[in-house]
Amino acid sequence: MAFAAFSTTTTPSTDPVARRRSPVALFLLLPGILYLMLFFLTPLVSLLLTSFQAPREFGDIGQYDYAFRWQNYVEVVTTYWPHIVRSFSYALAATFFALLISYPLAYFIGVKARSWPLLQSLMLVLVIAPFFISFLLRTLAWKQLFSDESFVVQSLKALSLLGPEAHVTGTAFSVIFGLTYNFIPFMTLPLYTTLERLDVRYLEAGNDLYASPFQVFRKVTIPLSMPGIVAGTLLTFIPAAGDYINASRDFLGGTGTQMMGNVIEANFLVLQNYPTAAALSIILMTVILVIVSIYVKRSGTEELL
Amino acid sequence: MKLSLGKWLLPVYSGLALLFLMIPIGYTFVYSFNDSLKSNITWRGFTFDKWLGICNVQNGAVCQAFGNSLFIGAVATVVATTLGTMIAIAIVRYRFKFRSQTSLLLFLPMATPEVVLGAGLAAQFLSVGVPKDMLTIILAHTMFCISFVVVTVKARVSSLDPALEEAGRDLYGSAWQVFARITFPLLLPGILAAALLSFALSFDDFIITNFNSGAVTTFPKYIYISAARGIPAEANVLASAVFILALVVVVTVQVSGAAKARRLAKLK
Repeated sequence: MAFAAFSTTTTPSTDPVARRRSPVALFLLLPGILYLMLFFLTPLVSLLLTSFQAPREFGDIGQYDYAFRWQNYVEVVTTYWPHIVRSFSYALAATFFALLISYPLAYFIGVKARSWPLLQSLMLVLVIAPFFISFLLRTLAWKQLFSDESFVVQSLKALSLLGPEAHVTGTAFSVIFGLTYNFIPFMTLPLYTTLERLDVRYLEAGNDLYASPFQVFRKVTIPLSMPGIVAGTLLTFIPAAGDYINASRDFLGGTGTQMMGNVIEANFLVLQNYPTAAALSIILMTVILVIVSIYVKRSGTEELL
Repeated sequence: MKLSLGKWLLPVYSGLALLFLMIPIGYTFVYSFNDSLKSNITWRGFTFDKWLGICNVQNGAVCQAFGNSLFIGAVATVVATTLGTMIAIAIVRYRFKFRSQTSLLLFLPMATPEVVLGAGLAAQFLSVGVPKDMLTIILAHTMFCISFVVVTVKARVSSLDPALEEAGRDLYGSAWQVFARITFPLLLPGILAAALLSFALSFDDFIITNFNSGAVTTFPKYIYISAARGIPAEANVLASAVFILALVVVVTVQVSGAAKARRLAKLK
């Protein structure tokens, strides 16, 4: 199944096959590796070169020359630091809430529902069901459910839980809500794959040794499910930090909720200000890589990669 | 576990979480029956018309975009699955130089935000002077699908019993015969899963597509462009139809898998 992509078991430490050296390996590897070099690695280099470009003298809008204009980065950070902070804090909040919703769900499917394989399968199907319907349409559905005329907002206003002039869409709340919703399956699936293999005898041993249920959870269950937690939080945090659909004004965001992705999109596709978009992309990628490598090192799950 | 509250808390919580996941799907499905005019925001009554005349609206713009997405998804899936499967076999079965660099090159595309992948490719196409069209979208989709194919197929290759292939060789099967009659059929479920995943990723991709599509419209891009001025109910119809189709496929696979597991359990 497609779940395998989210599984954390893909690096078996004991290799059954003695690996051979053979020219066949080169034939198998070369096409795919060349493809990734051409369409993944060189684009990153182009992006880096673009980020240092300077506007062409007497040139039109969108005309730039290769240069080493490092001031681009200073300008980007001074202009867009609120977007940078917002991207990472929204992504962090969404990752936290997604974990809060997904962990009990994954625990139920992976551990409690073990004796009912059919229920387990059906619940998993429901977890991946959102993948089968367009990401954009799902986000738009929330926008409409949270619009000022909607039943939800009208009832909240009637109950005075929301001020008469207040809006739900276009706020930090709705953007984080949308990010959380959209990445729950990415969080739940890796958690499920580790919890599904959790040996319940360890939990029983904890109980036998007079640990309270909370202690068992904190000292046994959590450490054993760490690979799933790391994989799930990364699969949520990385795309959430770069997302610009939820924060877009046409979806759940507003002028005060724009994230780095929105700035990159606007500068690249609308304003044709390529160096700004490229510099911001490089910053986004660098910060994410730094966070990922520290996080993976500290949680002791390097074998994941 | 002793308290009845504790016993029910987790199932109820899980049920609510799943319900939460279903809300926008239900909304999209229900509004595919809305007798809407230009935009599909307020409920104006029930109709089957949108399901029966999907391509009638806007001179078939929705259907055109949908067709483009199917075509791009199919081509990208075939190329990415082929290249990714070859890499997966090489990684599990052979020794070669630059092994860790290769794993890093395969891991990085999955750890890079889509907006960076999209902007990077667009910057490259711009500097080389390649016009953005269907081809650039396919090139982009193939790129981000390869890594996911490798991860999926690799799991299958490493669970393969090498004794089966040895038996084939002992019986004087040529290298090609062993691959075609033994290795490939055994890998097929993994390859199919990878292909399905690639197709799903490509079909629903918007961010990378938006940077590399030029004037070509895919289904997600169509929704994005129309979002500001209202999306016709026909988009909901197509999305719901895809949803139902995918659900039927997955439920069939899962239920037959569960039945197989139960039969195996009985044998033991």
